Amino acid sequence: MPRFADFVRTAAGAGVLVVQPRMGFGPLDRMRAGLTAVRDCRASTVGTVTLDSYTRVGDFDSARRALRDGAELNGFPLAAHGVGAVRELLDEVSSRNFPVQVRHGSPLPLGLFRIMVAAGVDATEGGPVSYCLPYGRVPLPEATDNWARCCELAAAAPDPMHLETFGGCMLGQLCPPSLLVALSVLEGMFFREHGLPSVSLSYAQQVHLGQDLEALAALRSLAAEHLADIDWHVTLYTYMGVFPRTPVGSFRLLEDSVRLAVHSGTERLIVKTPAEARRIPAVEENVEALEFAAAVGAKEAADCATAHCPPPAETGLLEETRTLLAATLELGHTVGSALVAAFARGVLDVPYCLHRDNAGESRAVIDERGMLAWSRAGGMPVRVHRTDAMAAAPLTAARLTRMLSHNERRYDREDIAGSLLRSAA
Amino acid sequence: MPVGSLRVVVSSVSSDAHMWNLVFLQLLLEEAGHEVTNLGVCPPDATVMDACRGADRPDLVVLSTVNGHGHLDGLRLIRAIRRDPELALLPVVIGGKLGVRGGDDGFGERLLDAGFNAVFNESEAPVARMLADFGAFLRTLAGNLAPREPAVAAGAR
Repeated sequence: MPRFADFVRTAAGAGVLVVQPRMGFGPLDRMRAGLTAVRDCRASTVGTVTLDSYTRVGDFDSARRALRDGAELNGFPLAAHGVGAVRELLDEVSSRNFPVQVRHGSPLPLGLFRIMVAAGVDATEGGPVSYCLPYGRVPLPEATDNWARCCELAAAAPDPMHLETFGGCMLGQLCPPSLLVALSVLEGMFFREHGLPSVSLSYAQQVHLGQDLEALAALRSLAAEHLADIDWHVTLYTYMGVFPRTPVGSFRLLEDSVRLAVHSGTERLIVKTPAEARRIPAVEENVEALEFAAAVGAKEAADCATAHCPPPAETGLLEETRTLLAATLELGHTVGSALVAAFARGVLDVPYCLHRDNAGESRAVIDERGMLAWSRAGGMPVRVHRTDAMAAAPLTAARLTRMLSHNERRYDREDIAGSLLRSAA
Repeated sequence: MPVGSLRVVVSSVSSDAHMWNLVFLQLLLEEAGHEVTNLGVCPPDATVMDACRGADRPDLVVLSTVNGHGHLDGLRLIRAIRRDPELALLPVVIGGKLGVRGGDDGFGERLLDAGFNAVFNESEAPVARMLADFGAFLRTLAGNLAPREPAVAAGAR
């Protein structure tokens, strides 16, 4: 088993949630300092190297120029630093007890995979759909071919890389969980099909604890069915949408994601920091968020042992996801060809996604229960609740903003209400 | 097309993959009666420029970017647009989070100097003010482009 997966499994066996930041800096010394701080903080952590936007789109020259001119980059320019420097950095900071994942967001990452394999990177993430439809203009069939070759390269490495699907995070918010879970499982199956022995399946916290618990239970059931012969674990992302603006609201949302992780049996959590609503967080802010998440995780695990687990919702999510999987897989002989065909026919259709290979006929809303729901199915075999007034109301820019800022408002309001209660006391 | 309705190209810039800002702008512009072509995320400079040529020429290009590279990508793109004889006078605006730091970066001035008709930098003004400014800009532009009452109509009365 790759040491990344081994570390996560050992922690899970001990009842400890592994926490991970998002972090990437341009200069080597700043990246080294960031990784070291994450390694040495009071939490069970894995390291992250997030690549900058130029490197993600394959514009290595711009990344190189920015690095040379000392311009501010929004991540680590992997190619500009080159294999030798990256290997040296990893040799220095990573170990069996601190594996590092490279995060990139590229639809055509073969060039990046070559560097990662040569530099001995432990793990990376993405997927043919999840890093194509939301993040670029590359045609889906081309991304799928490229990712197949990436998987084969990663699987053939002396120490095969661990690969995480990003399918459970599509567009960060406003995608109903049945589609997130289906895409996460399908990308996991795609990785398996191309020889990877160890994968993780992602899911991003959405807007309703019960619905998220139901989604993560469905994800685990379907992973057990479809990935029985390889190693897998689940990775949860703290809410990726518009974040609360108050520090208390931010920490409360982060806290709820830890609770969700612990009560769903999730092994790894990728945290967010209060600073991220406004800018790229500093190292200290990341460390603070990681230590906070670890502390909440320990407390929740203890509560769990004495049976205070919140219940999952019962909305038929597992059945809807199963239907989406079956409708997709019957369209091709391989998972890759089935994915391409399903998007071409709109059997899979990510709401609000502008990519040309996405049908763009589906719509999702936050319904009367405060859960994500379909308001337009497009060509997908999913249910639209026509009796729900919220699902039937027209979509305007103002309403889209309200839905996008649903968690921001919810958690910031708690901050205001909390301070009123405190001053009254 | 109704009077006061603009043909608008909405687009990200080359290195920015954020999508929600573009979805929002399309809805906003369509509700105000404008006609939108949404180029989506990560367009190479040539894609944006080619979408504005000949019969496709819009009344306005709205670049929206939030990844912090807007001050670099936007500058490069507007210089290329202003150098191109066919596009030199095309109304082009940029908005979003244009810098990495999130404070007052002073990018606005530089982008205006390079040829943008307006800059809506979220780092320098609250979002509500920015959207109000953007709305006012659209009304002014639509007013300037709207065909005036033909002079003969008044004279013939």
